[in-house]
Amino acid sequence: MEWINILVQGCLLGGLYGLFAIGLSLSFGIMRLVNIAHGDLIVLSAYVALIVVEFTGLDPISGLLVILPTMFLFGYALQRGLLNFTLEGGLLPPLLVTFGISVIIQNGLLLGFGAYTHRLKLGAIETQSIVFPGDMAVGVFPLITFGVAVLSIGGLQLLFYKTTLGRAFRAVSDDADTAELLGINKRHLFALAMAIAMAFTALAAVLFAIRTNFDPGAGPIRLILAFEAVIIGGLGNMWGTLVGGIVLGIAQAVGAALSPTWQILAGHLAFIVILIIRPSGLFPRTRD
Amino acid sequence: MSLLSTQGLSAFYGDFQALFGIDVSVEEGETIAIIGANGAGKSTFLRAVAGALATRPEMVEYDGQPIGQRTPHELVRLGIAMVPEGRRLFPSLTVEENLALGGYCSRPGPWSLERVYALFPALKELRNLPAPSLSGGQQQMAAIGRALMCNPRLLLCDELSLGLAPVVIQNIYDCLGAITAEGTTVIIVEQDINRAIEASSRFYCFQEGRIGLTATKEGFDREAITAAYFGL
Repeated sequence: MEWINILVQGCLLGGLYGLFAIGLSLSFGIMRLVNIAHGDLIVLSAYVALIVVEFTGLDPISGLLVILPTMFLFGYALQRGLLNFTLEGGLLPPLLVTFGISVIIQNGLLLGFGAYTHRLKLGAIETQSIVFPGDMAVGVFPLITFGVAVLSIGGLQLLFYKTTLGRAFRAVSDDADTAELLGINKRHLFALAMAIAMAFTALAAVLFAIRTNFDPGAGPIRLILAFEAVIIGGLGNMWGTLVGGIVLGIAQAVGAALSPTWQILAGHLAFIVILIIRPSGLFPRTRD
Repeated sequence: MSLLSTQGLSAFYGDFQALFGIDVSVEEGETIAIIGANGAGKSTFLRAVAGALATRPEMVEYDGQPIGQRTPHELVRLGIAMVPEGRRLFPSLTVEENLALGGYCSRPGPWSLERVYALFPALKELRNLPAPSLSGGQQQMAAIGRALMCNPRLLLCDELSLGLAPVVIQNIYDCLGAITAEGTTVIIVEQDINRAIEASSRFYCFQEGRIGLTATKEGFDREAITAAYFGL
Protein backbone atom coordinates (compact mmCIF):
# COMPACT_ATOMS: atom_id res chain seq x y z
CA MET A 1 0.00 0.00 0.00
CA GLU A 2 2.82 2.31 0.87
CA TRP A 3 4.24 1.90 -2.65
CA ILE A 4 0.97 2.75 -4.31
CA ASN A 5 0.91 5.89 -2.22
CA ILE A 6 4.43 6.75 -3.37
CA LEU A 7 3.48 6.21 -7.00
CA VAL A 8 0.41 8.41 -6.69
CA GLN A 9 2.31 11.22 -4.97
CA GLY A 10 5.07 11.00 -7.56
CA CYS A 11 2.55 11.07 -10.36
CA LEU A 12 0.90 14.21 -8.95
CA LEU A 13 4.28 15.91 -8.51
CA GLY A 14 4.94 14.98 -12.14
CA GLY A 15 1.93 17.08 -13.14
CA LEU A 16 3.74 20.15 -11.85
CA TYR A 17 6.92 19.18 -13.70
CA GLY A 18 4.87 18.70 -16.85
CA LEU A 19 3.50 22.22 -16.42
CA PHE A 20 7.04 23.58 -15.94
CA ALA A 21 7.99 21.97 -19.22
CA ILE A 22 5.12 23.21 -21.42
CA GLY A 23 6.73 26.58 -22.13
CA LEU A 24 10.07 25.01 -22.95
CA SER A 25 8.45 22.41 -25.17
CA LEU A 26 6.49 25.08 -27.07
CA SER A 27 9.46 27.36 -27.70
CA PHE A 28 11.63 24.48 -28.82
CA GLY A 29 8.87 22.81 -30.82
CA ILE A 30 7.85 25.93 -32.76
CA MET A 31 10.90 28.20 -32.89
CA ARG A 32 13.69 25.63 -32.31
CA LEU A 33 14.64 28.01 -29.51
CA VAL A 34 16.42 26.42 -26.56
CA ASN A 35 15.44 28.77 -23.78
CA ILE A 36 18.10 28.65 -21.07
CA ALA A 37 16.20 31.33 -19.15
CA HIS A 38 13.07 29.19 -18.84
CA GLY A 39 13.62 28.30 -15.18
CA ASP A 40 14.27 31.93 -14.29
CA LEU A 41 11.19 32.98 -16.22
CA ILE A 42 9.21 30.60 -13.99
CA VAL A 43 10.70 32.29 -10.93
CA LEU A 44 10.15 35.76 -12.44
CA SER A 45 6.51 34.84 -12.99
CA ALA A 46 6.26 33.79 -9.35
CA TYR A 47 7.54 37.22 -8.30
CA VAL A 48 5.10 38.92 -10.66
CA ALA A 49 2.38 36.85 -8.99
CA LEU A 50 3.69 37.92 -5.60
CA ILE A 51 3.49 41.59 -6.58
CA VAL A 52 0.00 41.20 -8.03
CA VAL A 53 -1.24 39.42 -4.91
CA GLU A 54 0.28 42.04 -2.57
CA PHE A 55 -1.01 45.01 -4.52
CA THR A 56 -4.51 43.82 -5.33
CA GLY A 57 -5.20 41.75 -2.23
CA LEU A 58 -6.54 38.96 -4.44
CA ASP A 59 -5.77 35.33 -3.65
CA PRO A 60 -3.21 33.83 -6.06
CA ILE A 61 -5.81 31.90 -8.07
CA SER A 62 -8.03 34.94 -8.73
CA GLY A 63 -4.79 36.84 -9.33
CA LEU A 64 -4.24 34.64 -12.40
CA LEU A 65 -6.71 36.92 -14.19
CA VAL A 66 -4.06 39.62 -14.00
CA ILE A 67 -0.94 37.46 -13.98
CA LEU A 68 -1.64 35.37 -17.08
CA PRO A 69 -2.41 38.31 -19.42
CA THR A 70 0.61 40.19 -18.05
CA MET A 71 2.97 37.33 -18.77
CA PHE A 72 1.28 36.68 -22.12
CA LEU A 73 2.10 40.25 -23.19
CA PHE A 74 5.58 39.99 -21.68
CA GLY A 75 6.20 36.82 -23.71
CA TYR A 76 5.02 38.49 -26.91
CA ALA A 77 7.29 41.50 -26.33
CA LEU A 78 10.27 39.33 -25.36
CA GLN A 79 10.06 37.30 -28.56
CA ARG A 80 9.19 40.14 -30.93
CA GLY A 81 11.59 42.65 -29.43
CA LEU A 82 14.57 40.41 -28.73
CA LEU A 83 14.52 36.67 -29.31
CA ASN A 84 13.31 36.82 -32.93
CA PHE A 85 16.57 38.58 -33.80
CA THR A 86 18.60 35.68 -32.41
CA LEU A 87 16.94 33.04 -34.58
CA GLU A 88 18.57 33.86 -37.91
CA GLY A 89 22.16 33.08 -37.02
CA GLY A 90 22.19 29.41 -36.08
CA LEU A 91 22.11 27.55 -32.79
CA LEU A 92 24.47 29.65 -30.69
CA PRO A 93 22.91 33.16 -30.53
CA PRO A 94 19.64 32.07 -28.83
CA LEU A 95 21.61 30.02 -26.29
CA LEU A 96 23.87 32.97 -25.44
CA VAL A 97 21.08 35.52 -25.31
CA THR A 98 18.77 33.39 -23.14
CA PHE A 99 21.72 32.57 -20.90
CA GLY A 100 22.23 36.32 -20.53
CA ILE A 101 18.54 36.81 -19.74
CA SER A 102 18.87 34.12 -17.09
CA VAL A 103 21.73 35.97 -15.39
CA ILE A 104 19.89 39.29 -15.64
CA ILE A 105 16.68 37.88 -14.12
CA GLN A 106 18.46 36.18 -11.24
CA ASN A 107 20.47 39.25 -10.32
CA GLY A 108 17.60 41.64 -10.94
CA LEU A 109 15.39 39.67 -8.57
CA LEU A 110 18.18 39.52 -6.00
CA LEU A 111 18.57 43.28 -6.24
CA GLY A 112 14.85 43.99 -6.03
CA PHE A 113 13.65 41.41 -3.54
CA GLY A 114 16.76 40.20 -1.69
CA ALA A 115 17.65 36.57 -1.12
CA TYR A 116 14.65 35.90 1.13
CA THR A 117 12.33 33.05 0.35
CA HIS A 118 8.74 33.88 -0.52
CA ARG A 119 5.59 31.91 -0.90
CA LEU A 120 2.06 32.49 -2.17
CA LYS A 121 -0.67 31.61 0.32
CA LEU A 122 -3.95 30.06 -0.64
CA GLY A 123 -5.34 29.24 2.84
CA ALA A 124 -6.78 25.98 4.08
CA ILE A 125 -6.90 24.23 0.72
CA GLU A 126 -3.10 23.95 0.77
CA THR A 127 -3.23 21.31 3.49
CA GLN A 128 -6.57 19.62 2.77
CA SER A 129 -6.57 16.08 1.56
CA ILE A 130 -8.96 13.41 0.37
CA VAL A 131 -8.68 10.00 1.99
CA PHE A 132 -9.11 7.14 -0.44
CA PRO A 133 -9.92 3.55 0.56
CA GLY A 134 -6.88 1.86 2.05
CA ASP A 135 -6.03 4.95 4.13
CA MET A 136 -4.33 6.71 1.26
CA ALA A 137 -4.48 10.46 1.70
CA VAL A 138 -4.07 12.56 -1.43
CA GLY A 139 -3.57 16.30 -1.16
CA VAL A 140 -6.31 18.38 -2.77
CA PHE A 141 -3.85 20.93 -4.11
CA PRO A 142 -1.52 18.43 -5.83
CA LEU A 143 -4.63 16.84 -7.32
CA ILE A 144 -5.76 20.23 -8.67
CA THR A 145 -2.26 20.87 -10.03
CA PHE A 146 -2.32 17.56 -11.86
CA GLY A 147 -5.78 18.32 -13.25
CA VAL A 148 -4.57 21.72 -14.47
CA ALA A 149 -1.61 20.04 -16.21
CA VAL A 150 -3.87 17.55 -18.01
CA LEU A 151 -6.34 20.26 -19.02
CA SER A 152 -3.52 22.57 -20.19
CA ILE A 153 -2.00 19.97 -22.43
CA GLY A 154 -5.40 18.82 -23.68
CA GLY A 155 -6.23 22.45 -24.49
CA LEU A 156 -2.96 23.00 -26.33
CA GLN A 157 -3.51 19.79 -28.25
CA LEU A 158 -6.92 21.10 -29.38
CA LEU A 159 -5.35 24.42 -30.33
CA PHE A 160 -2.68 22.70 -32.41
CA TYR A 161 -4.84 20.17 -34.21
CA LYS A 162 -8.26 21.84 -34.49
CA THR A 163 -7.66 25.51 -35.20
CA THR A 164 -6.26 27.58 -38.04
CA LEU A 165 -3.78 29.18 -35.67
CA GLY A 166 -2.63 25.73 -34.58
CA ARG A 167 -2.09 24.64 -38.19
CA ALA A 168 -0.10 27.80 -38.76
CA PHE A 169 2.06 27.01 -35.69
CA ARG A 170 2.76 23.52 -37.03
CA ALA A 171 3.53 24.93 -40.46
CA VAL A 172 6.08 27.50 -39.22
CA SER A 173 7.61 24.77 -37.11
CA ASP A 174 8.05 22.62 -40.25
CA ASP A 175 9.23 25.34 -42.63
CA ALA A 176 8.95 29.00 -41.64
CA ASP A 177 10.03 30.36 -45.04
CA THR A 178 7.38 28.46 -46.96
CA ALA A 179 4.80 29.49 -44.36
CA GLU A 180 5.69 33.12 -45.15
CA LEU A 181 4.82 32.42 -48.80
CA LEU A 182 1.28 31.59 -47.65
CA GLY A 183 0.83 34.86 -45.82
CA ILE A 184 1.92 33.74 -42.37
CA ASN A 185 4.00 36.35 -40.57
CA LYS A 186 6.52 34.17 -38.77
CA ARG A 187 7.72 36.95 -36.46
CA HIS A 188 4.18 37.50 -35.22
CA LEU A 189 3.54 33.77 -34.91
CA PHE A 190 6.76 33.15 -33.00
CA ALA A 191 5.83 35.99 -30.66
CA LEU A 192 2.36 34.50 -30.14
CA ALA A 193 3.94 31.13 -29.40
CA MET A 194 6.20 32.69 -26.77
CA ALA A 195 3.21 34.59 -25.36
CA ILE A 196 1.31 31.32 -24.95
CA ALA A 197 4.41 29.66 -23.53
CA MET A 198 4.79 32.45 -20.96
CA ALA A 199 1.12 32.27 -19.95
CA PHE A 200 1.52 28.55 -19.20
CA THR A 201 4.83 29.26 -17.48
CA ALA A 202 3.06 31.78 -15.25
CA LEU A 203 0.32 29.24 -14.47
CA ALA A 204 2.97 26.69 -13.50
CA ALA A 205 4.79 29.35 -11.47
CA VAL A 206 1.72 30.25 -9.39
CA LEU A 207 0.96 26.60 -8.59
CA PHE A 208 4.65 26.04 -7.79
CA ALA A 209 4.82 29.11 -5.55
CA ILE A 210 1.78 27.99 -3.56
CA ARG A 211 3.33 24.59 -3.07
CA THR A 212 6.94 25.52 -2.28
CA ASN A 213 9.10 28.43 -1.17
CA PHE A 214 10.93 30.25 -3.92
CA ASP A 215 13.86 32.66 -4.04
CA PRO A 216 15.79 34.38 -6.86
CA GLY A 217 18.07 31.36 -7.28
CA ALA A 218 15.30 28.79 -7.71
CA GLY A 219 15.32 28.95 -11.52
CA PRO A 220 18.12 26.69 -12.74
CA ILE A 221 16.81 23.55 -11.02
CA ARG A 222 13.33 24.17 -12.58
CA LEU A 223 15.03 24.54 -15.95
CA ILE A 224 16.72 21.16 -15.53
CA LEU A 225 13.47 19.49 -14.45
CA ALA A 226 11.64 21.00 -17.42
CA PHE A 227 14.40 19.94 -19.81
CA GLU A 228 14.37 16.41 -18.48
CA ALA A 229 10.58 16.18 -18.77
CA VAL A 230 10.68 17.40 -22.39
CA ILE A 231 13.47 15.04 -23.38
CA ILE A 232 12.08 11.98 -21.59
CA GLY A 233 8.74 12.55 -23.31
CA GLY A 234 10.24 13.09 -26.75
CA LEU A 235 10.81 16.50 -28.34
CA GLY A 236 7.72 18.14 -29.77
CA ASN A 237 5.19 15.82 -28.16
CA MET A 238 3.00 17.60 -25.59
CA TRP A 239 1.47 14.50 -23.98
CA GLY A 240 4.96 13.01 -23.95
CA THR A 241 6.09 16.05 -21.96
CA LEU A 242 3.46 15.31 -19.31
CA VAL A 243 4.52 11.65 -19.20
CA GLY A 244 8.13 12.85 -18.90
CA GLY A 245 7.14 14.97 -15.91
CA ILE A 246 5.36 12.00 -14.34
CA VAL A 247 8.37 9.73 -14.84
CA LEU A 248 10.54 12.32 -13.08
CA GLY A 249 8.01 12.78 -10.29
CA ILE A 250 7.69 9.05 -9.65
CA ALA A 251 11.46 8.54 -9.75
CA GLN A 252 11.89 11.33 -7.20
CA ALA A 253 9.15 9.93 -4.96
CA VAL A 254 10.65 6.46 -5.07
CA GLY A 255 14.12 7.91 -4.41
CA ALA A 256 12.81 9.92 -1.48
CA ALA A 257 11.14 6.82 -0.01
CA LEU A 258 14.45 4.98 -0.08
CA SER A 259 16.32 7.85 1.51
CA PRO A 260 15.47 11.58 1.59
CA THR A 261 18.89 12.43 0.16
CA TRP A 262 18.10 10.37 -2.92
CA GLN A 263 15.08 12.35 -4.09
CA ILE A 264 16.68 14.70 -6.64
CA LEU A 265 19.37 12.26 -7.68
CA ALA A 266 16.80 9.55 -8.45
CA GLY A 267 15.05 11.86 -10.91
CA HIS A 268 18.29 12.61 -12.76
CA LEU A 269 19.21 8.91 -12.79
CA ALA A 270 15.85 8.03 -14.34
CA PHE A 271 16.52 10.69 -16.98
CA ILE A 272 19.96 9.29 -17.79
CA VAL A 273 18.65 5.72 -17.97
CA ILE A 274 15.92 6.73 -20.41
CA LEU A 275 18.38 8.76 -22.45
CA ILE A 276 20.56 5.65 -22.79
CA ILE A 277 17.71 3.28 -23.64
CA ARG A 278 15.71 5.64 -25.86
CA PRO A 279 17.83 8.60 -26.93
CA SER A 280 14.93 10.33 -28.70
CA GLY A 281 12.57 9.99 -25.74
CA LEU A 282 9.57 7.78 -25.05
CA PHE A 283 7.25 9.27 -27.67
CA PRO A 284 9.25 11.07 -30.35
CA ARG A 285 7.17 12.90 -32.92
CA THR A 286 7.27 10.59 -35.91
CA ARG A 287 7.96 12.24 -39.22
CA ASP A 288 8.63 10.44 -42.45
CA MET B 1 -0.50 49.17 -67.34
CA SER B 2 1.18 45.89 -66.49
CA LEU B 3 0.18 43.93 -63.40
CA LEU B 4 3.82 43.27 -62.66
CA SER B 5 6.92 44.87 -64.02
CA THR B 6 10.54 44.84 -63.00
CA GLN B 7 12.91 47.65 -63.93
CA GLY B 8 16.61 46.95 -63.84
CA LEU B 9 16.06 44.26 -61.20
CA SER B 10 19.29 43.21 -59.56
CA ALA B 11 19.48 40.65 -56.78
CA PHE B 12 22.25 39.39 -54.56
CA TYR B 13 22.96 36.43 -52.33
CA GLY B 14 25.44 38.06 -49.99
CA ASP B 15 28.25 39.30 -52.27
CA PHE B 16 27.17 37.13 -55.17
CA GLN B 17 25.09 38.94 -57.78
CA ALA B 18 22.49 36.60 -59.27
CA LEU B 19 20.44 39.03 -61.39
CA PHE B 20 21.71 41.94 -63.50
CA GLY B 21 19.17 44.56 -64.57
CA ILE B 22 16.21 42.36 -65.46
CA ASP B 23 13.24 44.04 -67.19
CA VAL B 24 10.17 41.83 -67.29
CA SER B 25 6.54 42.83 -67.53
CA VAL B 26 3.31 40.86 -67.39
CA GLU B 27 -0.16 42.07 -68.28
CA GLU B 28 -3.13 41.10 -66.15
CA GLY B 29 -4.47 37.71 -67.27
CA GLU B 30 -1.38 36.84 -69.27
CA THR B 31 0.73 33.69 -68.84
CA ILE B 32 4.44 34.10 -69.42
CA ALA B 33 7.30 31.67 -69.11
CA ILE B 34 10.85 32.12 -67.95
CA ILE B 35 13.21 29.54 -69.30
CA GLY B 36 16.91 29.04 -68.94
CA ALA B 37 19.56 26.62 -67.79
CA ASN B 38 20.39 25.78 -64.20
CA GLY B 39 21.72 28.79 -62.35
CA ALA B 40 20.44 31.29 -64.92
CA GLY B 41 18.60 33.19 -62.16
CA LYS B 42 15.04 32.03 -62.89
CA SER B 43 14.23 30.97 -59.34
CA THR B 44 16.00 34.02 -57.96
CA PHE B 45 13.74 36.18 -60.11
CA LEU B 46 10.64 34.49 -58.69
CA ARG B 47 11.95 34.78 -55.15
CA ALA B 48 12.56 38.49 -55.66
CA VAL B 49 9.03 38.99 -57.01
CA ALA B 50 7.53 36.98 -54.13
CA GLY B 51 9.45 39.07 -51.60
CA ALA B 52 11.65 36.24 -50.34
CA LEU B 53 14.68 38.20 -51.52
CA ALA B 54 14.84 41.91 -50.74
CA THR B 55 15.58 44.30 -53.59
CA ARG B 56 15.36 48.07 -53.96
CA PRO B 57 11.68 49.06 -53.69
CA GLU B 58 11.28 50.57 -57.16
CA MET B 59 12.85 47.59 -58.93
CA VAL B 60 9.63 45.57 -58.67
CA GLU B 61 6.28 47.21 -59.33
CA TYR B 62 3.01 45.36 -58.78
CA ASP B 63 -0.39 46.85 -59.51
CA GLY B 64 1.21 50.31 -59.61
CA GLN B 65 2.99 50.03 -56.26
CA PRO B 66 6.70 49.52 -55.60
CA ILE B 67 6.99 46.20 -53.71
CA GLY B 68 10.73 45.46 -53.80
CA GLN B 69 11.03 45.60 -50.05
CA ARG B 70 7.78 43.96 -48.99
CA THR B 71 7.92 40.64 -47.15
CA PRO B 72 6.34 37.51 -48.64
CA HIS B 73 3.48 37.45 -46.12
CA GLU B 74 2.52 41.02 -47.06
CA LEU B 75 2.62 40.21 -50.77
CA VAL B 76 0.31 37.22 -50.35
CA ARG B 77 -2.29 39.62 -48.99
CA LEU B 78 -1.83 41.70 -52.15
CA GLY B 79 -2.41 38.59 -54.26
CA ILE B 80 1.03 37.16 -55.12
CA ALA B 81 1.22 33.42 -54.40
CA MET B 82 3.99 30.99 -55.18
CA VAL B 83 4.28 27.28 -55.87
CA PRO B 84 7.82 26.81 -54.57
CA GLU B 85 10.43 24.66 -56.25
CA GLY B 86 10.38 21.16 -54.80
CA ARG B 87 6.75 21.52 -53.59
CA ARG B 88 7.71 22.26 -49.98
CA LEU B 89 4.52 20.86 -48.45
CA PHE B 90 4.44 20.89 -44.65
CA PRO B 91 5.37 17.34 -43.65
CA SER B 92 3.58 17.26 -40.31
CA LEU B 93 0.28 18.44 -41.80
CA THR B 94 -2.24 16.37 -43.72
CA VAL B 95 -3.00 17.15 -47.36
CA GLU B 96 -6.18 18.98 -46.43
CA GLU B 97 -4.42 20.95 -43.68
CA ASN B 98 -1.78 21.99 -46.21
CA LEU B 99 -4.49 23.17 -48.58
CA ALA B 100 -6.47 24.90 -45.86
CA LEU B 101 -3.37 26.80 -44.79
CA GLY B 102 -3.32 28.37 -48.25
CA GLY B 103 -6.54 30.07 -47.19
CA TYR B 104 -4.84 31.56 -44.11
CA CYS B 105 -5.22 35.11 -45.40
CA SER B 106 -8.86 34.57 -46.40
CA ARG B 107 -8.50 36.56 -49.60
CA PRO B 108 -11.82 36.53 -51.42
CA GLY B 109 -11.86 34.81 -54.79
CA PRO B 110 -13.00 31.85 -56.84
CA TRP B 111 -10.86 29.17 -55.16
CA SER B 112 -12.05 27.05 -52.24
CA LEU B 113 -11.32 23.54 -50.99
CA GLU B 114 -14.17 22.21 -53.13
CA ARG B 115 -12.86 23.94 -56.25
CA VAL B 116 -9.35 22.62 -55.65
CA TYR B 117 -10.70 19.10 -55.17
CA ALA B 118 -12.70 19.49 -58.37
CA LEU B 119 -9.53 20.48 -60.21
CA PHE B 120 -7.46 17.68 -58.65
CA PRO B 121 -9.93 14.87 -57.76
CA ALA B 122 -7.03 12.62 -56.67
CA LEU B 123 -6.37 14.91 -53.73
CA LYS B 124 -9.83 14.50 -52.29
CA GLU B 125 -9.32 10.80 -51.64
CA LEU B 126 -5.91 11.48 -50.09
CA ARG B 127 -6.94 14.47 -48.03
CA ASN B 128 -6.44 12.93 -44.59
CA LEU B 129 -3.01 11.46 -45.34
CA PRO B 130 0.19 13.16 -44.20
CA ALA B 131 1.63 15.19 -47.06
CA PRO B 132 4.91 13.21 -47.37
CA SER B 133 3.01 9.99 -48.13
CA LEU B 134 1.88 11.37 -51.52
CA SER B 135 3.67 10.67 -54.79
CA GLY B 136 5.65 13.47 -56.42
CA GLY B 137 2.87 14.35 -58.85
CA GLN B 138 0.23 14.35 -56.13
CA GLN B 139 2.45 16.55 -54.00
CA GLN B 140 2.83 18.96 -56.91
CA MET B 141 -0.96 19.11 -57.25
CA ALA B 142 -1.28 19.78 -53.52
CA ALA B 143 1.34 22.54 -53.75
CA ILE B 144 -0.54 24.16 -56.64
CA GLY B 145 -3.83 23.76 -54.77
CA ARG B 146 -2.32 25.34 -51.68
CA ALA B 147 -1.17 28.37 -53.68
CA LEU B 148 -4.58 28.65 -55.37
CA MET B 149 -6.23 28.72 -51.94
CA CYS B 150 -4.56 32.14 -51.51
CA ASN B 151 -6.79 33.27 -54.41
CA PRO B 152 -3.86 34.93 -56.18
CA ARG B 153 -3.97 37.58 -58.89
CA LEU B 154 -0.42 36.59 -59.77
CA LEU B 155 0.64 32.94 -59.48
CA LEU B 156 4.34 32.11 -59.57
CA CYS B 157 5.13 28.49 -60.51
CA ASP B 158 8.69 27.33 -59.94
CA GLU B 159 9.75 24.22 -61.88
CA LEU B 160 6.43 22.39 -61.88
CA SER B 161 7.92 19.53 -63.88
CA LEU B 162 10.90 18.89 -61.61
CA GLY B 163 11.38 15.17 -60.98
CA LEU B 164 8.02 14.13 -62.44
CA ALA B 165 7.14 11.60 -65.13
CA PRO B 166 6.13 13.09 -68.54
CA VAL B 167 2.54 11.85 -68.27
CA VAL B 168 2.18 13.45 -64.84
CA ILE B 169 3.69 16.70 -66.12
CA GLN B 170 1.15 16.75 -68.96
CA ASN B 171 -1.61 16.20 -66.42
CA ILE B 172 -0.47 19.14 -64.32
CA TYR B 173 0.01 21.50 -67.27
CA ASP B 174 -3.48 20.60 -68.49
CA CYS B 175 -4.83 22.06 -65.26
CA LEU B 176 -3.13 25.42 -65.86
CA GLY B 177 -5.92 26.26 -68.32
CA ALA B 178 -8.54 26.10 -65.57
CA ILE B 179 -6.42 28.44 -63.47
CA THR B 180 -5.84 31.06 -66.15
CA ALA B 181 -9.54 30.85 -67.08
CA GLU B 182 -10.22 32.61 -63.76
CA GLY B 183 -8.22 35.58 -65.01
CA THR B 184 -5.19 34.71 -62.92
CA THR B 185 -1.87 35.98 -64.22
CA VAL B 186 0.76 33.24 -64.24
CA ILE B 187 4.54 33.24 -64.42
CA ILE B 188 6.01 29.81 -65.13
CA VAL B 189 9.63 29.04 -64.53
CA GLU B 190 10.72 25.93 -66.40
CA GLN B 191 13.78 24.13 -67.67
CA ASP B 192 11.59 22.18 -70.10
CA ILE B 193 11.50 24.66 -73.01
CA ASN B 194 8.78 23.04 -75.09
CA ARG B 195 6.44 22.66 -72.16
CA ALA B 196 6.96 26.26 -71.10
CA ILE B 197 6.48 27.78 -74.55
CA GLU B 198 3.37 25.71 -75.18
CA ALA B 199 1.75 26.86 -71.92
CA SER B 200 2.53 30.56 -72.26
CA SER B 201 1.97 33.40 -74.71
CA ARG B 202 5.43 34.95 -74.30
CA PHE B 203 8.68 33.85 -72.83
CA TYR B 204 11.95 35.24 -71.57
CA CYS B 205 15.12 33.22 -71.76
CA PHE B 206 17.50 33.96 -68.88
CA GLN B 207 21.19 33.41 -69.12
CA GLU B 208 23.63 34.03 -66.29
CA GLY B 209 21.37 36.55 -64.60
CA ARG B 210 20.51 38.49 -67.75
CA ILE B 211 17.74 38.25 -70.31
CA GLY B 212 19.22 36.58 -73.37
CA LEU B 213 16.11 36.49 -75.50
CA THR B 214 12.45 37.38 -75.36
CA ALA B 215 9.81 36.36 -77.88
CA THR B 216 6.18 35.45 -78.34
CA LYS B 217 4.87 31.94 -78.79
CA GLU B 218 4.41 32.44 -82.52
CA GLY B 219 7.42 34.42 -83.49
CA PHE B 220 10.44 32.61 -82.18
CA ASP B 221 13.40 30.98 -83.70
CA ARG B 222 14.48 27.69 -82.15
CA GLU B 223 18.11 28.32 -82.94
CA ALA B 224 18.00 31.68 -81.23
CA ILE B 225 16.67 29.94 -78.11
CA THR B 226 19.44 27.38 -78.22
CA ALA B 227 21.94 30.21 -78.50
CA ALA B 228 20.40 32.16 -75.63
CA TYR B 229 19.93 29.04 -73.51
CA PHE B 230 23.49 27.84 -73.74
CA GLY B 231 25.11 31.21 -74.31
CA LEU B 232 26.57 30.23 -77.67
